[in-house]
Amino acid sequence: MNEAEVVIIGAGPAGLSAAIQSARCGLRVTVLDEFMKPGGRLLGQLHEEKKGVWWNGIEEADRLYEDAVNSGVHIRLGTTVYHIEKENRWVTETSEGTWESRCLLLAAGAAETPLPISGWTLPGVMSIGAAQVMTNVHRVTPGNKGIIIGINPLTMAIARELQLAGVEIEGIYIPPYEKKFRQMETPEQILAGMQRMAHLAPSFLLRVGSRFLVNQWTRQKAIQFYPKKGLSVWGIPIHFDKTVTKIIGENEVKGGFISSINAEGIIKEEEQYRKEVDFVCISGGLYPLVELAAVAGCPFYLIPELGGHIPLHNQTMHTPVEGLFVAGNITGIESAKIAMVQGETAGLSMGKAVNGTSRDIEEKLHQSVQNEKRIRAEALIQFHPEVKKGREKMHELWQNYVKESAAAKE
Amino acid sequence: MNRITDHPVLGRTEKKCIEFFLDDTKMTARSGETIAAALLANNIRTLRYHEASGSPRGIYCNIGHCFECRVEVDGKTGVRACMTEVCSGMRVYRQQQLPRPFQEGGRER
Repeated sequence: MNEAEVVIIGAGPAGLSAAIQSARCGLRVTVLDEFMKPGGRLLGQLHEEKKGVWWNGIEEADRLYEDAVNSGVHIRLGTTVYHIEKENRWVTETSEGTWESRCLLLAAGAAETPLPISGWTLPGVMSIGAAQVMTNVHRVTPGNKGIIIGINPLTMAIARELQLAGVEIEGIYIPPYEKKFRQMETPEQILAGMQRMAHLAPSFLLRVGSRFLVNQWTRQKAIQFYPKKGLSVWGIPIHFDKTVTKIIGENEVKGGFISSINAEGIIKEEEQYRKEVDFVCISGGLYPLVELAAVAGCPFYLIPELGGHIPLHNQTMHTPVEGLFVAGNITGIESAKIAMVQGETAGLSMGKAVNGTSRDIEEKLHQSVQNEKRIRAEALIQFHPEVKKGREKMHELWQNYVKESAAAKE
Repeated sequence: MNRITDHPVLGRTEKKCIEFFLDDTKMTARSGETIAAALLANNIRTLRYHEASGSPRGIYCNIGHCFECRVEVDGKTGVRACMTEVCSGMRVYRQQQLPRPFQEGGRER
């Protein structure tokens, strides 16, 4: 049995930032992650924040890893967690043995929502994040020329990254609209959401005219009169009026069937054609990876603005379960910068849980919670336009929970 | 060749070449990469055949969640190619369609 005061699951931006803060509070910290490199999804990230200023996820990950190691954090990579349980202390079962700890932080991040489109199991079809990791982490291209299905901030960022690496993107299409798929949007709804991508795609919005996107009627007209070749961002055609109905190929991807659709997502049968490509990326958006919080008995709430079912937590990253903390995308889909500051908050909260309160730690915690709000307000990309509202919902739910449990005690 | 040796922002990479085997065929990999990345760099996209249908499967999520990329590594089955570092001399096999003698009560189909 291994022992620590703090065990952290996930060596991404949230987990490493938390580890650094807890270790600086004097705690013995172990971070577990099943991948062989530290950094989590930071590793794939590469985008231009301002002209000539790049957010390089690999450099950020290296910096966090070095800080963590220099602060005395133990990092165990290639270690898969398969169970957690609260006895007197937290018990974490992994492929490399068992850990016991006073505090446990879940910083498992997010996964991608798959879209089961006809032909999606063919080799050469992959999630957009898979293509990102291949390209930026392993430096292997997913193919020569590909189609992307799904239009959201992640798509736009990764399409640009693939292009930088010399991969040709034939076009970006909307997913086939089927009511049976949860969270499916019509072309009109997706176009409404494009306003949140203004910073990623300024030229696109200038050409569509963002003022035309503000009401439903003009959005429907925009799709009706959408240019047949698509509008392009960085030279990549984006098709709001077309979908991919089938991915084709016998043993691997050879192409896709493209169909025109109307603003409600209904396919126009007379306008279908075939495009030859050697890979297809599916981009269904991200959802929080919460299984371990469920195993731990944490209550959940569905908050679509945060990306799905979210474990109940407060602004200092406590859950109602004693000694259990959360940080990063498990609390809602946002950028790595938010994950980092949430990790710092969680790390300080665990310091307080073990060492007791002090003026110094209370001040630092207050500052960290304020930092999170400031970073959110300054963010260039929002995965959901109403993310702030989602955070407020969670805050209210927590306060209700505190009131109810106080009333129950009386 | 589908390796990105000179990236406009990330720069150049130079990593040691190692050798491993897929279905007893010799392949080249770079040290520190996953089995999935090494195979993709060798233009190999099919990592297994579905146990029941025999249809070809490759990577899907590339971060360990979907288990679509499971292969046999040095005698151990169900190993995720996207999470496992390729090593010199490693023997990787594609998992094959399994016999289903008891399907439909063992009747001939």
